[in-house]
Amino acid sequence: MAHGYTPGLRVTERALVRRRRHLPLPGQVHVQVGERVSADQLVASTELPGNVTNLNVAHELSCTPADVPDYLVVSVGDAVEIGEVIAETRALWGLFHSVATTPVSGTVETISEVTGQVLIRGKPIRVEIDAYLDGTVIEVEGDEAITVEARAAFLQGILGVGGEAHGDLKLVVESPDAVVEADLIDDSCAGCVLVGGSRVTLEALRAAAEVGAAGVVVGGVHGMDLNEFLGEPLGVAITGQEDVGTTLVLTEGFGEIAMAGRSWKLLAARSGRRTSINGATQIRAGVIRPEVIIPEPEATWEADGVDVSAGLAPGSYVRLIREPYFGRLAIVTDLPEQLQQIETEAHVRVLRARLEDTGEEITVPRANVEAIQR
Amino acid sequence: MAADMPLRSILATDCGSTTTKAILIELVEGEYRLRVRGEAPTTVEAPYEDVTRGVLNAVSEVEEVSGRRLIADGDIIRPQRGDQGVDAYLSTSSAGGGLQVMVVGLVRTMTAESAQRAALGAGAIVMDVLALDDGRRDYERIQRMRELRPDMILISGGVDGGEQRRVVEMAELVGAANPRARLGAKYELPVIFAGNADARDAISDTLADKTALTLVDNLRPTMERENLGPARAEIQELFLEHVMAQAPGYSELMTWTDADIMPTPAAVGSLIEAIAKRDGINVVGVDIGGATTDVFSVFEGVFNRTVSANLGMSYSVSNVLAETGLPNILRWVTEQPDPGLVGNAIRNKMIRPTTIPQTLADLTIEQAAAREALRLAFGQHKLLATELKGIQRQRDIADAFAAGGAQTLVEMMSLDLLVGSGGVLSHAPRRNQAALMLIDAFEPEGITRLAVDSIFMMPQLGVLSTVNAEAARQVFYRDCLIPLGTCIAPVGHGRPGSPCLRVRLTGGGRSEDLQLNVGEMRLIPLPEGQTAEVALDPVRRFDVGAGPGRALTATVQGGVVGVVIDARGRPLRLPEDEAERISAIRAWNAELDVYPRNLAAGEVA
Repeated sequence: MAHGYTPGLRVTERALVRRRRHLPLPGQVHVQVGERVSADQLVASTELPGNVTNLNVAHELSCTPADVPDYLVVSVGDAVEIGEVIAETRALWGLFHSVATTPVSGTVETISEVTGQVLIRGKPIRVEIDAYLDGTVIEVEGDEAITVEARAAFLQGILGVGGEAHGDLKLVVESPDAVVEADLIDDSCAGCVLVGGSRVTLEALRAAAEVGAAGVVVGGVHGMDLNEFLGEPLGVAITGQEDVGTTLVLTEGFGEIAMAGRSWKLLAARSGRRTSINGATQIRAGVIRPEVIIPEPEATWEADGVDVSAGLAPGSYVRLIREPYFGRLAIVTDLPEQLQQIETEAHVRVLRARLEDTGEEITVPRANVEAIQR
Repeated sequence: MAADMPLRSILATDCGSTTTKAILIELVEGEYRLRVRGEAPTTVEAPYEDVTRGVLNAVSEVEEVSGRRLIADGDIIRPQRGDQGVDAYLSTSSAGGGLQVMVVGLVRTMTAESAQRAALGAGAIVMDVLALDDGRRDYERIQRMRELRPDMILISGGVDGGEQRRVVEMAELVGAANPRARLGAKYELPVIFAGNADARDAISDTLADKTALTLVDNLRPTMERENLGPARAEIQELFLEHVMAQAPGYSELMTWTDADIMPTPAAVGSLIEAIAKRDGINVVGVDIGGATTDVFSVFEGVFNRTVSANLGMSYSVSNVLAETGLPNILRWVTEQPDPGLVGNAIRNKMIRPTTIPQTLADLTIEQAAAREALRLAFGQHKLLATELKGIQRQRDIADAFAAGGAQTLVEMMSLDLLVGSGGVLSHAPRRNQAALMLIDAFEPEGITRLAVDSIFMMPQLGVLSTVNAEAARQVFYRDCLIPLGTCIAPVGHGRPGSPCLRVRLTGGGRSEDLQLNVGEMRLIPLPEGQTAEVALDPVRRFDVGAGPGRALTATVQGGVVGVVIDARGRPLRLPEDEAERISAIRAWNAELDVYPRNLAAGEVA
């Protein structure tokens, strides 16, 4: 492989962020191109077909499926209310009269002579989509979708849980290597996106959810704590649907790992600003990373380009992302071409680097570093 | 292209989710051999969105290494002219998430399970199985169909001539869901009906207007018989027509290949099936990837495949941890690391899937997790690879006490060959590690050959087996499989340290007379290509294949590891006492030379 390293996650003060807001089915778009929108503003809505309930009328009336149409008092497309009679047998001198009533309100969808079933579709389910971030509508796609654009500080996390949320950014620790404990969370955190340091404890996560914090952005969390918080083990990194009361964005990974300096500086400089976050993550083909977006609605600057630099070079700043140096920072000093044998006896492409904290010279597989910006 | 057509050279590619791999096979002095391989990133997703670019890049690498011109005007040169071009170009694909199928049946363990086997055998990922007895309400089933957006739906249910009403009910739910295809939003979702033939008219009335419906022969025409062929063939046909045709660049790629593009797992399956048939052997194959683990088996000619969708070594390794629990992973290692830190390390592998172990301690934990992933995946395979359920059969007293319903077809004592594939097995720093992982996870019984796939070219050989089975077989044995050797494992249990098995081995320039006690392992070097005669004499409670306490003689094959004699008993039980367990694992590691000396002695932290 030409580039045996993990590309770093994007952290920039100047990004042009565009987010498409689309409905699951066509409906109504409530904004226009050029309109300024706020994160919590309703921009589109629709109605999804209701849930289907199956009523076996043949069974209810003790008749054959083929006889069902004769006994029905409703037709396909009719609206029905819960408890309404939809089929009845003709009474024999007033005796043996049986009826079938609908257990839900809705519309008669199909009537089957083969199975004797009547499908009743429940009332439509309303779906509303908000703008997610403060910005400007730059595109409207018919009655299905819009795109919101914002100049913003932008930070990608490595893993998140919980979906979209927004609130004011609030620092709850004073340094990127501080642990977020529960006693740091109080009522002033309600509705805020909280910024922590190296780790958040289980108690602090629970406290954040309890006071109604919009989210927590932090370096790491112990795996067992996250499992406890979720109520089940996190098996695969496909997240975003969890209903846990607050969205969590990890910037570094599992364990206690100081938030990278650049990420910390970016967030610390924007305390109090309106922030949108999303924990949705998909570490598979079509990768999705969790994100923190801090829009600057009045800004006019040129956005930074996405860094697609081809690889590492001596002097590159890297984070080590595997034992025995997990979480530490280093500066690349050499990139030998030849494969080299490591402790496991595997022959791999390596790099040499100097650890930032101790100055120790180390050799690590190139696959085990992540390029980051200072 | 006709089967077994004479070919002088073959180019084959496998378009995976991340990498497109190309191999060049040539006929050299009457033998088919792998000449070179090349690879390049797959280009299905943005910004390229054209699979052929990745194919041409991978083939260019083959061109460079082989010095043979293969591409002209953006196409593969065919037929071979002098030292240019090839006689055939073939391809498999799992790019874009593979073939995703939803199965609908009546009874989970009967028609729905048969349909699941048909879909898996065709190389599909089964996203969910809906059945009357799945415990869900109708609206939940409908919601599930809408959410999942499968590539196609396979409906089964009812035996021919049987009651139709229930299967039509399920079809009505499919109609009510009105699900959309995953790719190509404008296209109708392909639906295959392979149930009660008498219900076809009613099914057509229900679904023909809403879906691209195809009717094929019932996959369970009677309770006693499965007929999976027609449904499997139709799934693969629709894979080409609908799924592949929607994926970027595939319409073009399909015009290049000399045989239909096969879903990657279907190709591996057909290779294993072809080898088992041709050599008259029972085979188990496993491919452990980052996200999923595929298990294939052929026992007495019956092929089965399962996909354990969330058991893998990177993307899904946290799920292995969740399913088996940390103690089950740590039981395979001799160190006593902080469980919390090990848990974090495993989860960090999930979020940074391309990292590799740098320390021996880290490697042993990764290989411990692999044992559990393989063990769980094989367990799932044994549950699905069964004789048909729902059949009345005579039960003996043993059946009455046995758990579950139908008997699994996976009979380990009759297994001849166990093949491992996937990074953690194929790229283990020592082949002995791969051998021990396979033995610990699969627990082969009696006499079993072990092998690993050198560079995972089974998909390409699988599609080749459909046009030239002999060429595929030759390359499989000569260049694809790395024989690890043979495992001899008596079945039974005894007091640790008490006599278990006497072994006399003659051949390969050596003569050994060994006495193994319960709980011991022994490695006898026997190089690749050599064979030896073994006379096995187990004690009364142990069986090596001839029955408890009965002697057996056999010829065993050598390999890069040799002959492993495993007297730990079956089913395998590790000592419960912590100190005894650690001491036993160190002894096995040392005997099989699994890790560098210092780790075997427990000197590495």
